[in-house]
Amino acid sequence: MPSLGADMEAGTLVEWLVKPGDAVKRGDVVAVVETAKGAIEIEIFHDGTIGELVAAPGSTVPVGGVLARLGDGSVTAVPAARPAAAPEPARASPAPEPRRPPPAGTRARATPAARQRAASLGVALDGLQRTGVDGAICLADLSQAAKPAPRRGGFDPKAMRAAIAAAMARSKREIPHYYLSLSVDVTATLGWLDRTNAGRAPPDRLLPAVLLLRATALALAGTPELNGFWEDGAFRPGDGVHVGWAVALRGGGLVAPAIRNADRLGLDELMAALRDVVGRARGGGLRGSELTDPTVTVTSLGDRGAESVLPIITPPQVATIGFGRVMERPWVVDGAVLPRRIVTVTLAGDHRATDGHRGGLLLARIEALLQTPEVP
Amino acid sequence: MSARMTYREACRQAIRDAILADPRVFLMGEDVGRYGGCYAVTKGLMEELGEDRIRDTPLSENTLAGVAVGAAMAGMRPILEIMTVNFSLLALDQIVNSAATIPHMSGGQFAVPLVIRMATGAGRQLAAQHSHSLEGWYAHVPGLRILAPATVADARFMLAAALADPNPVLIFEHVMLYNAEGEIPDGIRSVDIARAAVRRAGGDVTIVTYGGSLPKALAAADMLAAEGISAEVIDLRVLRPLDMETVAASLARTRRVVIVDEGWKAGSLSAEIMARIMEDAFWDLDAPVRRVCAAEVPMPYAAHLEQAALPQPEGIAAAARALVKPP
Amino acid sequence: MTAKVHLDRAHGLALLRDMMRIREFEAACAEQYQAQNIRGFLHLYDGEEAVSVGVMQALAPEDAVVATYREHGQAIARGIPMRPLMAEMFGRLSGCCRGRGGSMHVFDRTTRFYGGNAIVGGGLPLAVGVALADRMQGRANVTACFFGEGAADEGAFHESLNLASLWHLPVLFVCENNGYSMGTPVEVAEADTEIWHKAAGYRMHGERVDGMDVVAVEVAARRAAERIRAGEGPVLLECATYRFRAHSMFDAQLYRDKAEIEQWRERGPILRFRAWLEQAGLLHEGEAATMEAEIRAEVADAVAFAEAAPLEEMADLDRFVTMDEVPA
Repeated sequence: MPSLGADMEAGTLVEWLVKPGDAVKRGDVVAVVETAKGAIEIEIFHDGTIGELVAAPGSTVPVGGVLARLGDGSVTAVPAARPAAAPEPARASPAPEPRRPPPAGTRARATPAARQRAASLGVALDGLQRTGVDGAICLADLSQAAKPAPRRGGFDPKAMRAAIAAAMARSKREIPHYYLSLSVDVTATLGWLDRTNAGRAPPDRLLPAVLLLRATALALAGTPELNGFWEDGAFRPGDGVHVGWAVALRGGGLVAPAIRNADRLGLDELMAALRDVVGRARGGGLRGSELTDPTVTVTSLGDRGAESVLPIITPPQVATIGFGRVMERPWVVDGAVLPRRIVTVTLAGDHRATDGHRGGLLLARIEALLQTPEVP
Repeated sequence: MSARMTYREACRQAIRDAILADPRVFLMGEDVGRYGGCYAVTKGLMEELGEDRIRDTPLSENTLAGVAVGAAMAGMRPILEIMTVNFSLLALDQIVNSAATIPHMSGGQFAVPLVIRMATGAGRQLAAQHSHSLEGWYAHVPGLRILAPATVADARFMLAAALADPNPVLIFEHVMLYNAEGEIPDGIRSVDIARAAVRRAGGDVTIVTYGGSLPKALAAADMLAAEGISAEVIDLRVLRPLDMETVAASLARTRRVVIVDEGWKAGSLSAEIMARIMEDAFWDLDAPVRRVCAAEVPMPYAAHLEQAALPQPEGIAAAARALVKPP
Repeated sequence: MTAKVHLDRAHGLALLRDMMRIREFEAACAEQYQAQNIRGFLHLYDGEEAVSVGVMQALAPEDAVVATYREHGQAIARGIPMRPLMAEMFGRLSGCCRGRGGSMHVFDRTTRFYGGNAIVGGGLPLAVGVALADRMQGRANVTACFFGEGAADEGAFHESLNLASLWHLPVLFVCENNGYSMGTPVEVAEADTEIWHKAAGYRMHGERVDGMDVVAVEVAARRAAERIRAGEGPVLLECATYRFRAHSMFDAQLYRDKAEIEQWRERGPILRFRAWLEQAGLLHEGEAATMEAEIRAEVADAVAFAEAAPLEEMADLDRFVTMDEVPA
């Protein structure tokens, strides 16, 4: 069971997409796993032939537990992952006991009625909420699970909230944030965008967000100290600019899948990638790696949001950038006060990894890049 | 026009009607005549109906039960009053070894159409030899039909139905109900002795009870309603044979059930109901079955101890609440 | 019915025949028990025949009988045919209780036979109830209630005698005192070994009669029944008797001497009455042998009937646990 997030402790196998004897190559999706953050596709990291499927659909497997074996007897590779959990800051508290996997043969405590309905719906009981008497899964838990498609994209709002709570609390507990803001005049850029979109069919049009994304990605490529991870007391740079794009989910909660190598994509490619991950984040089908890959997270509040956002860093990343709503404001241009379209960009940086000076450089680069959308 | 009367008066009218309607019917028991009945149910009946039909007897519970069996086998329709269920233990032999067995043991040659009425239950500080609820013991025995009228209407009309039954019928009257007043709805002239009754409809949880615990269960349902919990209250009415259909039908909707019984839990009627729910309605359950029963003590005399030993509305409501809104 | 006994030849032969029928029937029961066709408890009446045969002479068909778990004698003397009786012991559908009662629980509606009863003292309250029903329905019948002297130890005995006397009910209480309640001698169990004395405590007429003498029993029973029918209340008739066989089939009889049994056998009711009939010229040469052959044929027929009788359908296992109607 790969770690799909710093706070993931276990996942529930929803289904196998391969069977023993299937040839697989690195990157193939082999299984779907339900996590606190929803149903995630699991990739394999070795070429080979599936030998034995160890975990049964419906079973909950702790991170690091064996899901399957390749034909040569090797365990299916878990990504060369970052450690599943950072050490607890409070030194006084004893190291937690490693969580033991449930003994073989144990099964979810569920009421008879819930069990029968689950069987008729084909819903796995493990991983469901347990709000019944004595902590059992009851009918109400099942009807919640049955409403959204339980397999793909079935984000459990309660579990997701718990996951966000854990990550954000850990961030605020461990990461000394510093904040820098800059208001950027994007009048010219948006004018260019309007002109560009005017000649395009609606599906091909670019959104303002893609301009923000591109400028951020390019700026980060030039400021590698802010693109990476704080791990084991040291900074480790990302192996590319993989921007985690925060997607608010309709049922509440959010998820930030990676747009890999965003700094190397043209505007249209970036737009396509953005549509793809937003669609899959909301509809289901994100891959595990997309949740673990981001080297930085970007939040854009869009045209209905607040004036600015002061985001919280997602551990173990070291920076996050937030864009407020684009607003028309009185702005001094060449000594005259003019109406201009302004967006406030805010950087939250991990003071352990960088200082405000470096952060200021990043914001300045973003500002500069937002003036020149068409290059390169 | 509906009639309002006490449970005691309803019992009295039922006996009077039965004796006037059928020359084979007579009532016998300890102090049922001159004294008017231990709980004053038969007051005035001997004067009206004569000593032949309302018979004062010696204190001979076992023989009286046997006399009732013999008289029933030989064509009469006796009603035996036993003062309280604790005393009926002296008559267990004839009730269990004769009344319940003879129809089957004789290959159907003899029926035993008798009725035994007795008081049951606690609440009057009569302590451990007058206050127990042992109806569950009788409900264990094949061949007997066990009734527990909880309403004035049932007290008024169950006796006639019991006398019409060709089998031995035991009627348990809870001592705390005798003074209860109730309406007999207009047009009601008879009741069945086969089915349980839904005394209050609800959708969130089912409370199954009978006899003297029914008012407590209804009070609990009132409390729960104030909190937005809708409790269905089932009055079993017939303790043998149990009408599990009515219970299961309710459970299929509410999926949660609390059983309230003034008997003890161990090896009891409430245990039997639980077991039958497991057998008949297991897959409908969305929570464990809970029971509110008497404490496992001989019923104490002191009022506060007695009340502490008995099911109370607060406890019933708490049990139901914990099923609907787990803590 | 009158208390007078006209001991003519026909009546004498009838008494002898019934006692012999009981003896032969039970000999067959013992044999069938050992062949495992009859199971459960089997209590034989061997030696006590004069009591039931004598008492039954005092009863009319409308009268009622309540007996004990040792009731084959009463059943045969009351007129229940051997075929359904034996079939009942074989546990067959053709048994008088469709195989549900067995040896200890014989019921027969036709002869108003309200059961064997395997609870010691259990039959007395039933008899009082039957008598009460007859009284309340205006029927001048007598209920004969048989029980052993061991039943006098039970509360139900005293409650029943009290109530029957109190309400002047037509019950003939017949105590078959065979000297042992199972293995306990009467001297070990009773403060007063003469059970009939207890009647006085309930203002009831009581008397004791030689239960090994069928004529004495008949005379006493007729006299008692006449009193009862005359409205003088119930009677307790103690019949001093003895059982020659064990309490039940599984009884080593450690509690009594063989010599004691032999002594009583010499006074056996059949032996004595047959000798008396012969002396009186009422039983002719060869007649006893003929009678015996006839009875053996009757018993053999009953055994054959029982062996061939069908079993109750298992689907009818719970039939009559509750009744759909009171039998008319």
